[in-house]
Formats: sequence, C-alpha cells, structure tokens
Amino acid sequence: MTSVTMTVNGKQVSGEVEGRTLLVQFLRESLSLTGTHVGCDTSQCGACVVHVDGQAVKACTMLAGEAEGSEVTTIEGMENADGSMNVMQQAFQDHHGLQCGFCTPGMVMSASALLKDNPKPSETEIREYLDGNICRCTGYHNIIKAILAASGQQVDVVAAE
Amino acid sequence: MPKDGGIGAATKRREDVRFLTGRGRYTDDINLHNQTYAYFLRSEVAHGRITSLDTAAAEAMPGVVRVFTGKDFEGVGGIPCGWQITDRFGEVMQEPAHPVLAQGKVRHVGDPIAVVVAESLSQARDAAEAIDLDIEELPAAIDMKAALSEGAPKVHDDLKNNLCYDWGFVEDNRDAVDEAIRGAAHVTTLELVNNRLIANPMEPRVAVGDWNPGTDDYTLYTTSQNPHVIRLLMGAFVLGIPEHKLRVVAPDVGGGFGTKIFHYAEEAFCTFAAKQVRRPVKWTSSRSEAFMSDAHGRDHVTKIELALDADNNFVALRSQTHANMGAYLSTFAPSVPTWLHGTLMAGNYKTPLIYVNVKAVFTNTVPVDAYRGAGRPEATFQIERVVDKAARELGVDPVELRRQNFITEFPYATPVAVEYDTGDYHATMDKLLEIIDREGFDARAEDSRSRGKLRGLGIAHYIEACGIAPSNLVGQLGARAGLYESATVRVNATGSISVMTGSHSHGQGHETAFPQVVADMIGIDASQIDIVHGDTANTPMGMGTYGSRSLAVGGSAMVKATQKIIDKAKKIAAHLLEASDSDIELKDGKFSVAGTDKSVAWGDVTLAAYVPHNYPLGEMEPGLEETAFYDPSNFTYPSGAYACEVEVDPETGKVTVLGFVAADDFGNVVNPMIVEGQVQGGVAQGIGQALMEGAAYDENGQLLTGSYMDYAMPRADDVPMFHVDHSSCTPCTHNPLGVKGCGEAGAIGSPPAVVNAVIDALQRGGHTGVTHIDMPLTPSRVWQAING
Repeated sequence: MTSVTMTVNGKQVSGEVEGRTLLVQFLRESLSLTGTHVGCDTSQCGACVVHVDGQAVKACTMLAGEAEGSEVTTIEGMENADGSMNVMQQAFQDHHGLQCGFCTPGMVMSASALLKDNPKPSETEIREYLDGNICRCTGYHNIIKAILAASGQQVDVVAAE
Repeated sequence: MPKDGGIGAATKRREDVRFLTGRGRYTDDINLHNQTYAYFLRSEVAHGRITSLDTAAAEAMPGVVRVFTGKDFEGVGGIPCGWQITDRFGEVMQEPAHPVLAQGKVRHVGDPIAVVVAESLSQARDAAEAIDLDIEELPAAIDMKAALSEGAPKVHDDLKNNLCYDWGFVEDNRDAVDEAIRGAAHVTTLELVNNRLIANPMEPRVAVGDWNPGTDDYTLYTTSQNPHVIRLLMGAFVLGIPEHKLRVVAPDVGGGFGTKIFHYAEEAFCTFAAKQVRRPVKWTSSRSEAFMSDAHGRDHVTKIELALDADNNFVALRSQTHANMGAYLSTFAPSVPTWLHGTLMAGNYKTPLIYVNVKAVFTNTVPVDAYRGAGRPEATFQIERVVDKAARELGVDPVELRRQNFITEFPYATPVAVEYDTGDYHATMDKLLEIIDREGFDARAEDSRSRGKLRGLGIAHYIEACGIAPSNLVGQLGARAGLYESATVRVNATGSISVMTGSHSHGQGHETAFPQVVADMIGIDASQIDIVHGDTANTPMGMGTYGSRSLAVGGSAMVKATQKIIDKAKKIAAHLLEASDSDIELKDGKFSVAGTDKSVAWGDVTLAAYVPHNYPLGEMEPGLEETAFYDPSNFTYPSGAYACEVEVDPETGKVTVLGFVAADDFGNVVNPMIVEGQVQGGVAQGIGQALMEGAAYDENGQLLTGSYMDYAMPRADDVPMFHVDHSSCTPCTHNPLGVKGCGEAGAIGSPPAVVNAVIDALQRGGHTGVTHIDMPLTPSRVWQAING
C-alpha cells in the first residue's frame, strides 16, 4: 500500500492505495464519490471521465498513484457555488440530454472540457469530440443540442425537427 | 392546449438533477457494512465436461471468505423459464435445467463454474486464478442449422436433441398458405438474418445480497427492470424464500433495453451466499463479463415469401425462422420468436393468409432473450424488406405498393390472432412524405453522384404490439405469469401525493411523466406528486417495465387508483359542503357544488380524511389511499412510417446516414419531450443493428465480440440529427389514457428503413444484382456486395 494525496473538488484528500488501484476506484471506493461511473473495462465508454489538472481523463486509465499532487474535478464538483447546476448541467436538463443518467457524468465532464478548448464547436466537432463517450439511450441528438446550447449557440439550426 | 405540467406538457425531468450532479444511486453505489465481494470463475470454452475442480489453494489465499461451486447448489433450484411454448404437434417445448453454478458441464463461454467470496474484489479475483480447474472440451453446437443436423453435439445430454420447439402459427392455415403461394401471380422470396445483438445498457449488472440473521429476512439490490418479478422467480423457484422474507430493490438503473428483465444466476448467488457467509455479498459485472453473461438479443435466420396477385394485392405470406435460444432458456426467451413475432406478421397489411414456422434451437452460446422490440423488430424487418423487394421486382413504387395493401378499417382482426383496435397508416405515411421531400431526392442524388457517392432513400412502415398484456390471453399462450400492472395512490393529509407503481423507470422518465397524469386528473401542481418505484417493500406487486407497457398498463392502473381517490374525495367534499355527491365537481384542485359558488379546496378535503372530526365516519373509513390493478383487454398497436437517406461510398463500402425521419402514431402523448427522446434512442439502436452491431462467435463457440473494442456501438459521429414526428394520433380505444407506448418503436421501424436505403443506393448506382445484404451492413459487406 502506498499513500496518495491529491485535491479533489477543491479539497485536499489522502488515502492508502494498492499500486494497481485505479483513480476511478479511489474516487468511488475511498472517497465515496460515486457520481463517476464504470461502464467498461477497455477505456472505451467514457462514463468515468473526470478532469485532472484541467484535462479530461478517463479515470479508469489512470492509477490513483499517478494523480499524486493533482487537482481532480468530478461531476460532484461541477455545480455553481450556490449549489445550482452549472450551465452545462442545466443545458442537459433543458434539452433532455440524458435518460438513464449512467453515461451522463462522463458526458458532462467531456463536454465541459471541449468548450474550454473550443468555446463554439460545430455539430461535427462535438460529435467527433465525443468519440470516447458512449450513450446507449439518447441517440446523441439531445446531447448535441445541450452542448450547442451550453456554448451559447442556436440549437434550431442543426436540429432536424 | 396542455396545462403547465399536465398531460401533453414537455415538462423537464425532475430526476435529471440527481443524475447531473452525481447524486444518482445505482446498485454499484450501494455498499453495505461488512460486505464481501464475489468474483465468478467462468467457462472459457463453449462446451465441456468439468473433470476436476479443486478450490483448496484458492480458499487459502489472503482475504478469501469462501469458495462456492456447483456442489453448494445441488439442493437448490435452477433458474426458471417464464414461458412454455406448445409446438405444432401439441407437445410442450424441451426445457433443460439451468443451474446457478455449473453441474458437471459448461455450455457456453461465460457459463459460471465457481465463485470466490473475499474481503475485496481484487483478493477474490486473485484467488479465482488459484482454482484448479480441468475441463475436457467437447465439440460445440454453434450454427443453428448444423445444431439440428443428425449427429450434432447435444447441448443438453438429457434432451432428445437441440430443438427446443417447432412452432407453427396458424397451423390450420399451413396448407392454404402453401396453396396460395403455389398459385400466385408473383412470389417474392428473401432469405435474411436478423443479427445477434448485445443490449449493452451502459450500467453493467450488479447484485448485492444481504441476509439478516436476527429476522431471517433477505434483501437483494439488483439492476432490474422488474423487482417484483425477480422476487417471485428467485424466491419461489430458486431459493425457496417466501415473499414476505425477501425484499428486492432496483434503485436507479442505468438502462435496460430488455436485458435487465430476466432473472440471472448472479442474483440468486449473491442472495444465497449472503446467508451462507452471514455477510452481505456484492457482485459487479465487468463489461467483459456482461458480453458473455447478459442475455443477447435477436439471432434469427429466416426465409420469407410474399405472394401477390396480378393486381399486386398481397395474398399470402409464409415465414420460416430458426431462432437461437443459446445454451439455456432465459426468462422470456421462448415467447420472443413465437407470440411476440408470429402475431405481428400481418404488419400493416391486409394479407389474408399467413403461416409462420419457428424452430427454436439450443446452441453453445449465451442465452438469447428479449432486446428492445423483442420479436417485433424481427417481424417488421422481414415484412418491410420483402415488400420493398417485391416492389422492385414488380417495378412499382414501394410507397404505393404499401398503400395499396394497407389495412384501413378498424378494428381489424388479422389472420395471426390479434385485433388492431385503431390506426391510420396512410396518415403516418402522408406525414412522412410531407417531411422527407421525396421530390427533391433526385437532385440530392445527383449531388452525391457528382462527388462519387451513391445516395439512397429507404422507407418502412411498422406496427408493434405493446402494452403487454392481457393476462388470461398470455396464460393460454404459455406465460407462467400475469401481465397486469398496479398502483397505489397515497394522498397525504396536506394534499401531497405519493404514487407507488409496479412499473420501473430506468431512463424512461416515469418520475416526471406519471405525476403529469395525476396532476391533470386532480388539477393540482405536479410538484405535489412523487412517484415511488423499484422496491418490493413499498410498491404493490407489479410486473415491471418492458414491452412499452409502463404508461399503457402501469399508467392505466394509476388512473384507476386516482379515480377511486377522486370518487372518495368527492364524498368527503359533499359532506363538508352539505351537498349530494352527484352535485360535486372537481376542477383545478377545487371541489364545488354544481351551479353554486360553494367550494372546498383539495387540501381541506385531504385534511378532513386524516383529521376526521367533521366526517361521515358511519359511511366511510377515514384516510385517502387507494390501490388499483389494471389488466389490459388487448395489446396496444403503435405504428409509424420511417425513412432513411444514406450515402454509400462505392470505393470503401462505407454507409453514411444523412437523415432519418420517424412519423409515429403513439395515440395520446403525455410528455412529448420524453417520447421524442425514446424514439431518437431507439432509432440509434436500430441504425446500430443495421450498420454496425453484431455478436460474433467462431466455429468453436468463442465470442469474438467480447468488448467495446470489438462490438461496434454507435458513437456520436455514427448517427445524424433525427426528425421525429408524432402528430398522427389515433388514440388507443381500450385504455383510459388512449396511449399506445413508444419505447421500442424506434428500434423496430429503423433497421428495414436503413437497409432499404442502402439497397436503393446500390440499385440506383447500377448494382442491380444486389437485392439484399445481411445486417450489419459494414463497409466490408457492402463493398463485397458491390464487387460481386
């Protein structure tokens, strides 16, 4: 067992982990931050995406030990200071961008990282960026709308409805 | 116009807040004090005899609590099947035993052999590697037709052969259909595969079993679409635990699509083992395990023949299918290729003579059961592909051929034993044509051609049977369960309401849509109403959510219970207002005496029910809580017209879906936003089936598509924006809401539309020899079709 220390959602946390403990296990099991989900074991589905030092990372591809000293943000750390949902979270609700909710935390974390790099992405850019996030419920239609809306763009111009 | 928050309003989903902020509570988020972790050792071969199984070394590994094998389950029941089919000859199907853990033999890759229960998952996994297991590999039955041949390896030694049943429907029509086909002016024949799929809800299955030594009570937390069904099946048939000692909780569930209907061995194991080790036992499926242990879907091989007279009227249809059951009978597996498939073979058409034959086959593969649509996509795909092929052979417009043969008068009794209550197929087709700009297609095709691409337009029309199902009918057809639904409406003293439903939401939005109905009936704000679901301890016995039944059946139970509430509340109001019950009107949450200005508010009536100081105690009990069970008198029959426009790159065979339009008739719609979301998601799954997805086994029974690296799930850039319309509306005539169900439509109507579009593109591109390509239409398959 080794000791790790990192900042998660603004708070410094420490824990004892095995060398093989993944970041996602540390978040879910040691910190009880169960908003980050595990949907596969081949780093394909993106349900576990968190931000590590500002970058979107699949928390199943990183060892907890590798996050030593890092700033980690999970879905639990995305709300506004007053506890309300942030712009991206609100856009997902407004545009029905989720159904079962399981892929949703990863989607929100990926989409938020996208807008940081590309504040006004096109529909095509959004679809390409979400290549690492699988949703089985929505057919992506309303996820695309939500992200466009969160970026302050018109939704109607792309929505074929 | 819909009231704010009532029926017809696109109310935003209240459940989203917890899902969007990481506060959902899925089964894997549940951790019980002192819990242990289970790891399943599974077969790596498709068929074999266990020659030695020694767990001594594993038991000595660090952290191991106990190792279980088939021996521990010798006196325990097997996993039951919920439906018994009677074959063409009046014999019941062959029904093999389905042990919780292998008893001497393994029958598919993934079949569970032993389980290590340990202090941590990693310790359990490490110890499983120390289990000394020898398996004598046996020849496997993989291909269905080969599995039925003389001398084929038998999946079950104690059965006669690998044929589960040979079903004919309607058997009495068999000769007449044969004769009509022989004498027809034209017969179109198509041999096709409905590809084997894996449902892949994003949340893998999880089970946490708990046993209380102080009370002998068991609790199972599980990823289920129907906790009451699991309680009944597992309690009564596997473990012998009476219902009052067994609570099953299905909390937030991350998608189901059918595969979480069924009772699985891992659920029974965790519940059983919790008592054995006197500690909670938790199992979380990895995605790799899910691929080899979740029930798969579809997997039909079919020959269909459509006979037409000289005027292009459909005169007869014959469908012969081999349906894969896999190695064991999953909960509802036998019903899928039969009653959920054969009864839909009329489609939207007035074909007078229909015969369906289904041979269900055991193979050394994962069990196959219902996946979104379950039997109805298989029926629709055959019909809509063969009609399209017929139109091409006859040189007529596929839309006009469909229109000419549409059923137009309702109710309509089909020759395959169902009665469509209502519908208007011309209306959905009209709506579709209005949206897709068929006239502009040639110009778009020319544009594609100028870029070296081939453009095609495919159209399909579907019907499905939802709102499953009348219990007495399904009982006659072999169901070992009723298919009613239940609701308890509990009005609290201050007027707020808790509705306990036997339905279960795993993405469908019941927590938002169901209150809209009750709010509309009473005239109070929907925020005053909450839905409770997913826990056998606090919901009435109900059959759960699948078959697009939640609103049509569960919603109807809720309407019945709410009506009982209103009836009683009116009596209380009449007492308070010193008027006759028959003069009391309820509007906008206020009871008033007709023709007067005397009224009393909803909250005053509910308070009187629980503080009955001024109350007719001699005539009525206090309180305001009612339960209703609703058993439907018929299925519901949603229908719709779908169109897909594709572009094919003839150099690579890659198909790009450029546009998809769905024009559905779901009857009345409670929350259009949710309905549209259901269709969009269903269409994406249908596009996945048509172009990308397919569970593949090699000839030895190794699962080649065992992860997301190999099984191609649609990603965001594989699908377009969808145009979804549900303005056509012929309300269901036999349920109180006039609703039909929308959960499966997208996955039913879309595969034939996509394939028809690709064939259209190739035909227009001069590849006239290509009349069919089997799904999934991968670039490789399309390229090979183009290049002969």
